[in-house]
Amino acid sequence: MIDFRLEEEHEALRKTVREFAREEVAPVIGDYYERCEFPYEIVAKMGRMGLFGLPFPESVGGMGGDYFALCLALEELARVDSSVAITLEAGVSLGAMPIYRFGTPEQREQWLPSLVSGEALGAFGLTEPGGGSDAGATRTTARRDGDSWVVNGTKAFITNSGTDITRLVTVTAVTGERDGRKQISAIIIPSGTPGFAVSKKYSKVGWSASDTRELSFADCVVPASNLLGEEGRGYAQFLSTLDEGRVAISALSVGLAQGCVDECVRYVAERAAFGHKIGEYQAIQFKIADMEARTHVARLAYYDAAARMLRKQPFKRQAAIAKLVSSEAAMDNAREATQIFGGYGFMNEFPVGRFYRDAKILEIGEGTSEVQRMLIARDLGLTRPWQ
Amino acid sequence: MPNIVVLVKQVPDTYSERKLASADHTLDRASADAVLDEINERAVEEALQIKEAQGGEVTVLTVGPERATDAIRKALSMGADKAVHVSDESLHGADIIQTAKVLAKAIGTVEGYDLIIAGNESTDGVGGAIPAMLAELLGLPQLTHARKVEIDGTSVKVERETDAGRTFLEAALPAVISVGEKINDPRYPSFKGIMAAKKKPVTTLTIADLGIDASEVGLANAASQVLESAPKPPRAAGQQITDEGDGGSKIAEYLVSQKLI
Repeated sequence: MIDFRLEEEHEALRKTVREFAREEVAPVIGDYYERCEFPYEIVAKMGRMGLFGLPFPESVGGMGGDYFALCLALEELARVDSSVAITLEAGVSLGAMPIYRFGTPEQREQWLPSLVSGEALGAFGLTEPGGGSDAGATRTTARRDGDSWVVNGTKAFITNSGTDITRLVTVTAVTGERDGRKQISAIIIPSGTPGFAVSKKYSKVGWSASDTRELSFADCVVPASNLLGEEGRGYAQFLSTLDEGRVAISALSVGLAQGCVDECVRYVAERAAFGHKIGEYQAIQFKIADMEARTHVARLAYYDAAARMLRKQPFKRQAAIAKLVSSEAAMDNAREATQIFGGYGFMNEFPVGRFYRDAKILEIGEGTSEVQRMLIARDLGLTRPWQ
Repeated sequence: MPNIVVLVKQVPDTYSERKLASADHTLDRASADAVLDEINERAVEEALQIKEAQGGEVTVLTVGPERATDAIRKALSMGADKAVHVSDESLHGADIIQTAKVLAKAIGTVEGYDLIIAGNESTDGVGGAIPAMLAELLGLPQLTHARKVEIDGTSVKVERETDAGRTFLEAALPAVISVGEKINDPRYPSFKGIMAAKKKPVTTLTIADLGIDASEVGLANAASQVLESAPKPPRAAGQQITDEGDGGSKIAEYLVSQKLI
């Protein structure tokens, strides 16, 4: 039997990020959130402490850590705020990782140093309006014209795509057809390329201090050398990174769930009603006990998925389970925490109000809860006769 | 290429509840998370900035129980090169004078130091006397409460800030300086720094290694004794003044009664 004690360096990282979140994020994030403003200063500080380089080797400017180190950082950030956590998650998993994994030496050299240091952000454009989790339905096209690609189409809900420090968006586009099936490739579009338009920010229910936009491409021309990875393999490449993205979102969800417990334990020791601190009433104690139990189980689920991933064992099912149980734990905890805070829980100035608004997307992004259940069922050998 | 020694101390986290042990009124170390004191992070940061600009080596020095290795590790993760840890059970309850003597002896084990940097006072004991005592014991100039430090090969210039105002000091190296809150913003260790810290040398010394006898140190030999201690009383409810047309003068009366105006 093994246990889940963290290695010394992972534990030290967790503590450092916790301290950072508490001292640098917590005091100021509420204002950014209220104004729906991207927190450039916080992101720059995250870059300086190496968070954007966590899973990359030192040879490309990274910190020489692993994907689990990134997960721990995401959990500790999300314990205080999810907007900065998702900015980090997308910057690493969607911005830098595909270029690290599938890029040519030239592409790596051109883009990775600034992405890995956090001075620049990259985004990944997969989802389209009406596309969602059915990524095979991609309608954006890239036509080869001599030494160039000509890209046309629209991408929706793209994180980190329109900040002042965004340098590129990697988009998936149809580049041809083989045996009646669409060939999808990934193409790097540098920010500012003519024909590439970034809409204004969406007005979102949560994650309000993160940058999410719709992108459109109208005869947008980039050099042929901007193809990322193999032609026609763009979707397959992306799929191979989805499972680890789920573990990361699971870690982020556990952070939010834990943040709800932290806030409630503190609040119920202060708030009195009917002559007692509300934390002395069993109705409240049981709610918080359930919140803690959900958080603990969800954390073990993502630790297990991450451990398998690092050991290079199959972890698709475990990643889906972790994403499913932790996003639901986050949503449940946010709802209960808001209930415990009563009227104050409905006020944006209290963290639990933010947690409530930030939790719902966790059951949607990186594969909905329904998609996770589908993956688990399929992995158990349950098939659908019409497929 | 200055050779710098930074004094660091592990203290209870100011975010957690801090208590004294009921038996001997010393710090109850088990009751709170232990962290590297914030002011020491600034001292380490200052040393690292000097090193990054001019080269040299940064050694951190602490006197504390075994678990103080965590504080040392943090300083090494930030980028210090090596550490000296004086750890000895007989130091339990040591007072400031004893601690300064131990530090002075331990600094003697660091070859060819040019500068000693300390925080101006710890967040737990809040003594604020160590830098001055240490300078006396070592026969070195002391430049305390620095908000700005500049060094060249042979001298150090310090902008000193206290409640009384600012003074501009200069002294020949080697010297002892202490830094205040405004000196810099300390960096957070990176994962690379955390990994590197595991391989950095830490020398652990007992007081016997420093030629100090157990009868000179510890609670029983402290210059003063704590006879009694009590936690801070909880904050009393405030006094409410209802404005019935005379609210202003009632507030003024209250402030006068408290000798505030």
